Amino acid sequence: MKRAVLTATLIGAAAWLAACTDEQPASGHPTDPKMAKYVVGKLRTGYTYAEPETRAIQDDDFNNPSFFWVDRGKEIWSKAEGTAGKSCASCHGEAEKSMKGVGATYPKYFAPKGKLVNLEQRINICRTEQMKAPEWKYESTELLAMTGYVKMQSRDLPVNVAIDGPAAPFFEKGKAFYYERRGLNDLACKHCHVDNEGNYIRAELLSQGQSNGFPTYRLKWQKFGSLHRRMAGCNEEIRAEPFPMGSDEYVNLELYVAWRGNGLPVETPSVRK
Amino acid sequence: MAASAKVRVPATAKKGEVIEIKTQVQHEMESGQRKDAAGKAIPRQIINKFVCKYNGAEVFASDWHPAISANPYLSFFITATESGKIEFFWTDDKGEVTKAEAEIKVS
Repeated sequence: MKRAVLTATLIGAAAWLAACTDEQPASGHPTDPKMAKYVVGKLRTGYTYAEPETRAIQDDDFNNPSFFWVDRGKEIWSKAEGTAGKSCASCHGEAEKSMKGVGATYPKYFAPKGKLVNLEQRINICRTEQMKAPEWKYESTELLAMTGYVKMQSRDLPVNVAIDGPAAPFFEKGKAFYYERRGLNDLACKHCHVDNEGNYIRAELLSQGQSNGFPTYRLKWQKFGSLHRRMAGCNEEIRAEPFPMGSDEYVNLELYVAWRGNGLPVETPSVRK
Repeated sequence: MAASAKVRVPATAKKGEVIEIKTQVQHEMESGQRKDAAGKAIPRQIINKFVCKYNGAEVFASDWHPAISANPYLSFFITATESGKIEFFWTDDKGEVTKAEAEIKVS
């Protein structure tokens, strides 16, 4: 009984304190219990910056248009292609089991090539080396579909990329890119996503720039798209010349960005504005 | 990319119950307002008609116009009257029809 009264007093005090501050958390602020899954320590996923309507689309897999692509990926998974007569399933069996957690560890150092590869490139390596099938073009429907399908098998598992060992020099390059000013606006990634995260740039709310939800269905694009497409968009916005999608520069940057979000749950296939 | 559609219809319902139906179809919905890299107008190619039939009888229909997003989502309500098939038809400017159907049991 005594304890209940104390608790009630504490809750009362908390409410009073909250009423005293004029800074009420806005809807969508990480203190919202619905956001708990998307906040890990100081890290927040893009979901927590999204409008409630956008979040509602992601919350229900039926409403989420990404699934047109993801379902396509599922179809292609067991479709034999190339002269070796193999499909993804020939080697990897059921994606739900074999691909669980895989997407959360990319980009990764790939010894035969002596550099980092991201998930898109790893899929294409499988196609050319194992299936003897032609490469999928970056940002093609098929590559997006397969990347989304594979990465979705890690949904809700924490992002866990390695930056030590052979990946270390690539991580340093990605980090240097992140902090390097570029373009007419003379901005680095960090100016928006570290220094001004949570602030508005005109009407845009700046996020931490986390990559855990990619590939994502972006309402602006009206389709499913890759992280590199988003990076190219960022570069264009600061009036810098974008690098080609799938370039080493972007893959190194992808590792740095993924590492910034190590521990956040994979959210693929997410929905963003 | 071949168009595909998904629908969500309750598997069972009571007679007279108002049920919510959710649909989503994959379509680019090219508005006709855009120009390509060479400055030529990209012809309009949108879904202009959506029809829902309940055991063959039209129970919901709508005309669509530009400014509807790509991969349009639509939900609406109908009254469950009898067991059977609910069919969905999306017709676009080229005359291509995307179809979907679902079964419902009404008790």
